[in-house]
Amino acid sequence: MNKRFVWAAVAALALGAAGCASLPGQPTPAELDAQALAMLKASFRDEGIATTKRLEQDLGQQACSAESAPPEGVAKRVEAEALASIKWPAGGQYLGDWREGEKLAQNGRGMTWTDKSAAPAANGANCYNCHQISKEEVSFGTIGPSLYNYGKIRGVKDPADPASAAIVQYTWGKLWNSKAYNACSNMPRFGHAGLLNEEQLRHVMALILDPRSPVNQ
Amino acid sequence: MKHWSWVAALALLPGLACAQKTAADSIAEYRALLADGNPAELFEAKGEDLWKAKRGPKNASLERCDLGQGAGVVKGAFVRLPRWFADTQRVQDLESRLLTCMSTLQGLDAEAIAKTPFGKGEQANMEALVAWISAESRGQRMQLPQVHAAEQRMYELGKRAFFFRGGPMDFSCASCHGEDGKRIRLQDLPNLTKNPGDGVGFAAWPAYRVSSGELWGMQRRLNDCYRQQRFPYPGYASEVTIALAVYMGVNAKGAESIAPAIKR
Repeated sequence: MNKRFVWAAVAALALGAAGCASLPGQPTPAELDAQALAMLKASFRDEGIATTKRLEQDLGQQACSAESAPPEGVAKRVEAEALASIKWPAGGQYLGDWREGEKLAQNGRGMTWTDKSAAPAANGANCYNCHQISKEEVSFGTIGPSLYNYGKIRGVKDPADPASAAIVQYTWGKLWNSKAYNACSNMPRFGHAGLLNEEQLRHVMALILDPRSPVNQ
Repeated sequence: MKHWSWVAALALLPGLACAQKTAADSIAEYRALLADGNPAELFEAKGEDLWKAKRGPKNASLERCDLGQGAGVVKGAFVRLPRWFADTQRVQDLESRLLTCMSTLQGLDAEAIAKTPFGKGEQANMEALVAWISAESRGQRMQLPQVHAAEQRMYELGKRAFFFRGGPMDFSCASCHGEDGKRIRLQDLPNLTKNPGDGVGFAAWPAYRVSSGELWGMQRRLNDCYRQQRFPYPGYASEVTIALAVYMGVNAKGAESIAPAIKR
């Protein structure tokens, strides 16, 4: 009930601001931004695990919510904050079991209002929705680049070899918080947003970096 | 006869797994075969009956409902919606306008209908109504008005909603529908920031869904997009859904409507 009043007030403010614009019925871009926010907040409601808190944007979400890319300075700040947020794996253990990784890559479930739990264990990694990964799977999306031969192309013969460290760490960072390397990346922040836990991330790492994985054949 | 084409179409399905380049071809063939007998026709017939039937506390039909082209004019209305309505002082899409007519003409409870789950009760009737009304404009080209200041404002708000990133996966509508030639799994994604062409995107909904045997209006299509974006729940006929329809519909100007289409 309280929330409703707050949103109504926000909407009224946004409309009021429009009334002060130079031409009646011609709100400025900034006024339209405020009106759009008020509209979103009035239009959505909580459902299961998907509450309206999900409409509260952090800096990166806000900066990447327009047709055009954010100014370079803003993008750099988003990337720096994202890089600083990366949690590196316990004991420097980056790789798990690629077979488990393949199962996670196939699983597109999780985090919708019809899902019961938001715990990482209830989530898939969604990889095939957007990426080609193994050659065997023909039903893959193209929103992200192909990851087939990901490790092989990058010369990872032994992920434990210090010569592979840069690629291995970058890959972990990309999975943990993709915005560290591209402020407006389309890729979810799997570690940062709590979509996958460390163990699940290690399995996905193994899928794309383990030389024995079908990805690198 | 139609049943046979269904069987043939289903027989094609296993072919989908053959190879990447033929998969898209197989899907296209499958769709072409299905289009020969679109079960949306059944919904259309029911919708026409519903439009003419005296119903609700006021025992009235919808035949005096004004969908923007004058009372009772159905042909051509669909390709000009959403638009501004002076009586409600709102920009309305087909479904929110039908709620208005069901309420004012028939005395039905619009708020209760908006809260009814998709496919149930009056929402099942809504599916039939949008099937028939959209079919009456089949083959016409999208021409949403952008004359009234409120229509122009809704386009701008819809654009902002389209690019709004949120939720645990940082998605916006543009994450999937902002570039040409993208796919999720094998599903082609129209680029809705511009005109994706005849019978694609906005010009293809409402549509009959083979996988679920249901007729989805644009409201339900958007609802499921938001579910997949991991957003909270968009209210039926809420402003954000109408604003998005204005944005997509205006972008689709000149595209031929094939609604109600058929989808896998």
